[in-house]
Amino acid sequence: MASSNSAIGHLLRRAGFGGRPDEYGYYGQMSTSQAVDALVNYDSVADDVDANIGKPGFLTTTSNGAFSPNTVVNDARQRWVFRMVHSNRPLQEKMTLFWHNHFATGYQKIAGATSAADGTRYMAAKSSEDTNHVRGQIEMLRDNALGNFRDILMNIAKDTAMLYWLDGRTNTKAKPQENFAREIMELFTVGVGNYTEPDVYAGARVFTGWNLARSSDGVQQYAYVAAQHETTAKTFSFAVYGDGGKTIPARSAADGMRDGEDFINGLAGNPMTARYLAGKLWKYFVSEFRSAPQAWITRIANTYLANQYEMKPVIREVLLSSEFWDPSSYWARYAWPVEFVVRAIKEVGWNGFSTNNTLTPLSNMGQVLFEPPDVAGWDAGQTWFATGAMLARMNFASTLAGNQKFNLATTAKNAGQGKSAASMQAYFLDQLSTAPLDSSVTAELSSYMTATGAWTGSDAQMQAKSSGLVHLIAGLPEYQLC
Amino acid sequence: MKITRRTFVKSGVAAFTVTFAAPEFLSDLARAQGSTKRNLIVLNLSGGNDSLSMLIPYNDSNYYSRRPTIGVPAGQVLQIGSDSSNVALGLHPRLTGLKQIYDAGRLALIQRTGYDNQSRSHFLGTDIWSTGDPNGSGLGWVGRYLDSLASPVDPLIGWNTTGSLPHVLQSNKVAVPAIPNAAQYSFNSPNTGTEATAERNSAVRISSHIPVNRPELAFVYDSSQAAMATLDRVATVAAYSPSTTYPNTGFGQAMRAVAGAMAKGIGTKVFYVTTGGFDTHSAQNPNATNGAYYNLMATLNDGLLAFYNDVKNQGLFEDTLILSFSEFGRRISENGSGGTDHGAASVMIAMGGRVSGGLYGTAPNLNTDPKNPTLENSAGDVHFETDFRSVYAQVIDNWLGANSAAILGANYKKSGLGFI
Repeated sequence: MASSNSAIGHLLRRAGFGGRPDEYGYYGQMSTSQAVDALVNYDSVADDVDANIGKPGFLTTTSNGAFSPNTVVNDARQRWVFRMVHSNRPLQEKMTLFWHNHFATGYQKIAGATSAADGTRYMAAKSSEDTNHVRGQIEMLRDNALGNFRDILMNIAKDTAMLYWLDGRTNTKAKPQENFAREIMELFTVGVGNYTEPDVYAGARVFTGWNLARSSDGVQQYAYVAAQHETTAKTFSFAVYGDGGKTIPARSAADGMRDGEDFINGLAGNPMTARYLAGKLWKYFVSEFRSAPQAWITRIANTYLANQYEMKPVIREVLLSSEFWDPSSYWARYAWPVEFVVRAIKEVGWNGFSTNNTLTPLSNMGQVLFEPPDVAGWDAGQTWFATGAMLARMNFASTLAGNQKFNLATTAKNAGQGKSAASMQAYFLDQLSTAPLDSSVTAELSSYMTATGAWTGSDAQMQAKSSGLVHLIAGLPEYQLC
Repeated sequence: MKITRRTFVKSGVAAFTVTFAAPEFLSDLARAQGSTKRNLIVLNLSGGNDSLSMLIPYNDSNYYSRRPTIGVPAGQVLQIGSDSSNVALGLHPRLTGLKQIYDAGRLALIQRTGYDNQSRSHFLGTDIWSTGDPNGSGLGWVGRYLDSLASPVDPLIGWNTTGSLPHVLQSNKVAVPAIPNAAQYSFNSPNTGTEATAERNSAVRISSHIPVNRPELAFVYDSSQAAMATLDRVATVAAYSPSTTYPNTGFGQAMRAVAGAMAKGIGTKVFYVTTGGFDTHSAQNPNATNGAYYNLMATLNDGLLAFYNDVKNQGLFEDTLILSFSEFGRRISENGSGGTDHGAASVMIAMGGRVSGGLYGTAPNLNTDPKNPTLENSAGDVHFETDFRSVYAQVIDNWLGANSAAILGANYKKSGLGFI
């Protein structure tokens, strides 16, 4: 199915997490531009993936007690992995992961300030399933995955988890708190070099009074506390207003929430934000192996600005760009650990495999969902490939192949591939998509097939060799690209 | 981009292309390269250490007026005397182990280290400290030291105790392994017996492949080969029985692994260890038992003390140097959240069997006069006195026996920094 260089495979690896056999079938009937539109317009596909949790034919989950993804963080992680594998809206999950990395917020700090259950709620609760309709940060990002960047930014500034994570809850008139103000410029919008230290101090004053308050049902929610707002004018080194104005005027405390709204509007519309986002989208969707052509950055940035910060036309433009489809962009990204794990599951199989079996391996590979290393997110690219993390990838391939041993052998046999070592090898190299293999690597795989004796096609040999081969293939450096 | 294998291939070293025998070959190499036995452990206090809560100028009234709730009371500090500017200093009360090492003359505290126009960004700041480059770009300063060694360099010349390669250790020549947990650093198999052995043999052979003209892929192969070549030696460290009990913290266990690698003589010369949580914007609480900063000091103290006792017992302390850094110090005045925001210069710690302990450099004067020369940012932050690269230069020249001017790109040697 997965012929490695197929255009659909490339698209599904980037706009999703690789393809299940049924996804190859579905998108494979379309032209590439039809497939892009189908992926981008996921609103027309039912968002019913969670209903399949616990049903036969899907990944299983494993918890202590009832599966509680809204209050137990490991269960929340399992739900997300489940969605990545089984959702029929792959781009939604892919963009949610993009935003999670962009607004990187860590569960531990929130749980430490609240409780394990509340930390999970503020990060991951689905409002329809929460007693008090708390919508966790990831759910907000998922709901807006291809929404408007200004809306996302506004939501993030008022997000309970973020108000804990970057200490906005303690930002007061007497003692402005710089943490959020710095990161909203450095990491969320314009980027390093496009703001000054005095901008950070002014930004902190803008958000004074953007705090948390406990609602009657005990939920911590954003509240603008007028008495804590610092009312003097705030001047920046860059334009905040469309007319080029750099100063947010002095306002009454009662009216002071507009400071932050003006500032967020200004940041969302800042041309450097457009370019900063375009640069991150290039690395996430197109290539980490060559830098983005300036013309591409300009084109994507202009699309962003011309569409009033709507992300759907931006992502569509990215996925339809000739640079995306250039052969040099194929296999030109280092797969993030979750991309690797989810693609392996989709290509190797999942019957009887639990999402829980991905959690420790993901940690060993350096990517714990809801726990980015810091507010800058994961340090992607080559940094993923420290030796310990590389072993963790090989060992996950081993765990998955071992778990699927019987299924792999049966499927291969039913496909008539048991006749020879060579046909088995060709079959699995088609099932698992890798960057092109040099002939010496395929030769090593061939010698593995008969390293412990001639090919007989017995059930025992089929099981040993199919699992061993899948282990070796998914552990190849070529499989770590996407 | 830090492509290791490409450089390697270009420089025409053919030894690795053969190489089913690479693991044994590398072990020999490691033993030869590790023959001087000297170790450097780079310790990152990640998040921006508030050194004014670690090394306290307890007679400075401005310290208490600017930190009315988080100032560490004079009566609680562990007094260690005065620096050359006659400022009386004391360690945080939880640092009893470090006080013991200080009293033994093996702990140096280098005050007001930083650089001009210091970045207050965690990320740029860490990059700058990691590289010694004002833009934070290029290879790590320790990585460049590794590049100065004769080729080929054994991957286990370095041991990174975190999950991903820190910028400090990025080098052209070698992919330093990341070994957060020696016991999990293994090669598993879905099969057993001869089948499992066949898989492992294949994986070793495949990992020695060099994909010509595909440098980005070669990088992954490099990591894969380094992993396969280091498995057996790391397994010996997993079996290490220390002579002291290490605390069950990430930092304590990392120091245990460092001691194990040293004791097992696997040839490692540079280690990277990090302990985080220093970004204390709110509820810093250095005074209450189990307050945030109090716990940071507990973690640091207990891990270092266990390590100190262990390597002393093993006769290895003479070969050991620990050097700490943090991306920045913190604002002098506390904020409204009982914490401190990002600041500038800070204190570096050097500890080892050949360290000349004591106080180096001078403490800041904390008075709020905007013209106060020991401060910057309208007297908000501590201004640096010693360029951090001068500290690196001292270590490179006097401990690692390399050429600091070549590695750091200029001569940063400074008198009065003879801590090693």
